[in-house]
Amino acid sequence: MLKRNQLVLGNKTLRDVTNDICEPIERIPSKGWMGLFLAAKGLFIFYILTIAVVISTGMGLLGVNHPVAWGTMIITFVFWVGIGHAGTLISAILFLFRQKWRTSVARTAEAMTVFAVMTAGIFPLIHTGRPWFDFWLFPYPNQRGPLWVNFRSPLLWDVFAISTYATVSTVFWFVGMIPDLATVRDRAKNFWRQRIYGVLSLGWKGTAKNWSHFEMIYLILAGLSTPLVLSVHTIVSFDFAVSGLPGWHTTIFPPYFVAGAIFSGFAMVITLMTLVRIGFPKFKDYITIDHMEVMNKIIMMTGLMVGYAYGAEFLIAWYSGNIYEQYVFFVSRAFGPYAWSYWIMICCNVVIPQIFWFKKFRRSIPVMFVVSIFVNIGMWFERFVITVTSLHRDFLPSNWGQYAWSMYDTAILIGSFGMFFTIFLLYLRVFPAISIAEIKPVLGVGRDDHEHGGGH
Amino acid sequence: MAKKSISGVAGIFLTEGKVVNAARKVREAGYSKLEAISPYPIHAMEEACAIKRSPIPYMTFLAGIVGMLVALALTYYTSVIDWPINIGGKPLFSLPAFIPIIFELTILFAALSSVGLFLYLCGMPAIGVPPIDKDLTCNKFAIFVPDTDKNYNFETLDRMFKDLGAVEVKKVTEF
Repeated sequence: MLKRNQLVLGNKTLRDVTNDICEPIERIPSKGWMGLFLAAKGLFIFYILTIAVVISTGMGLLGVNHPVAWGTMIITFVFWVGIGHAGTLISAILFLFRQKWRTSVARTAEAMTVFAVMTAGIFPLIHTGRPWFDFWLFPYPNQRGPLWVNFRSPLLWDVFAISTYATVSTVFWFVGMIPDLATVRDRAKNFWRQRIYGVLSLGWKGTAKNWSHFEMIYLILAGLSTPLVLSVHTIVSFDFAVSGLPGWHTTIFPPYFVAGAIFSGFAMVITLMTLVRIGFPKFKDYITIDHMEVMNKIIMMTGLMVGYAYGAEFLIAWYSGNIYEQYVFFVSRAFGPYAWSYWIMICCNVVIPQIFWFKKFRRSIPVMFVVSIFVNIGMWFERFVITVTSLHRDFLPSNWGQYAWSMYDTAILIGSFGMFFTIFLLYLRVFPAISIAEIKPVLGVGRDDHEHGGGH
Repeated sequence: MAKKSISGVAGIFLTEGKVVNAARKVREAGYSKLEAISPYPIHAMEEACAIKRSPIPYMTFLAGIVGMLVALALTYYTSVIDWPINIGGKPLFSLPAFIPIIFELTILFAALSSVGLFLYLCGMPAIGVPPIDKDLTCNKFAIFVPDTDKNYNFETLDRMFKDLGAVEVKKVTEF
């Protein structure tokens, strides 16, 4: 008989689980956390200042101009939204598939989703050029005559998709956390901690009826999040695919974008989890090498899927017989002035993840950390390739131009990581980073004594 | 939310097996208002306490329908009635182009209404009620019987809980 590997190592008791997971939020932060936090916060402040300069001076500080009117803002927006998708995949889709290993990474992955979408949401708002009018994006009765948003525009679909995704992900994340917040409340040693977590936990009691409703709402939200997450990146891809531009106007975009999003998101989960395991050594019993290996397999598989999509685009360009399509792929994209970005993308996304065919590398923390960084870089370049190389040379050579990358582009890109990591590091110190109530029922998996809830 | 607080008696148990067994026995002894408290969901407990399936999915379905109709009405009213304008030669009522909006609002309404019903059914938020035992969200389990239950008698229940393996029996003044 095939024996299942233990999901939680170290023969933990219920109390051990609570103690281990609550410990990082109940002690003085370590030097490592403080160092990372100060660095991230410094970068975040730099980011805020950069945004202030860009908004007050104007979008002209960035490299966007005719013909490349979409630049860093849109590229980095798609990058961060994509990162978020792995969190929903882990917390919702793998939940529906009853993948018990997801339990220990679901909370942090879902938190990553929420923070990545927050980071992403800033970009289109600034990209509008006059962010103080951003409320015009929403349909509301106004005094400018009967004047409404254009519901036929993919850009407006995006407004609805991203705001729904942000709302539902946040609610899903928070509802799943209620029982654990009650645990922290009941452990609290001082008044304010008890009071604050008491309010956050909304007075959770943990009665059997509560749990019955809780499991139902969790299932419902997982079921709703699953089509939602697929719709979000589909709609993001519509921003491109619905236009008539060669390089954008392809039907493969929705599945290609979703696969890429999951690919980049899992890479970010690996990056964060390797760091969390270093920072909180006790979490190694919960987020085991087995968990990391499974995620690396998903990275390899989705990497092959995006590789297939890259190939399919070339095939269709050739098969269509359309000279503009063929020019974009066979001349401009792979061998034109931006060929370097194309080959960085291929290298990072298709070639490097193949190392995970070998079990030894799949289970090596340093290797997977380095690969995950490459995948993140590669996926940013994928969006760069799609956006910039398609725009910079289209139908008429008189309409060609380069993207004038400026130092503000760099600052915005780098700064957004400051925002993401500041929020993420604060999260690690405020909320239980692993779901306590979800870990307890799976303690028995793979253990010889089935004392703890094997029969679920 | 100021719900009237309930008092009663609670038995504290240390293992999942014992508390499920105790819940079944206590319910069979005629205490229909019992509450079983655990730090994590125990599936056998739903059957032991005779808990009915949660009605939340009905709300999800209804709210989803409402969300869909609201989105349909919004897109139709704004694009056909209030501000009819020819965009790219598309019909005024371009349903396929409105589907993403309709889909997103369906999901949004369904999700938020379901969470609202979940909070209502669980009586949350109910902030400031002290827990019966601080370890009930960590490693202990409890059966609580309110004094409004028809056969309520502290001594009987005390004996019953102890026979079923409770390590402690507590009088509860607020739940």
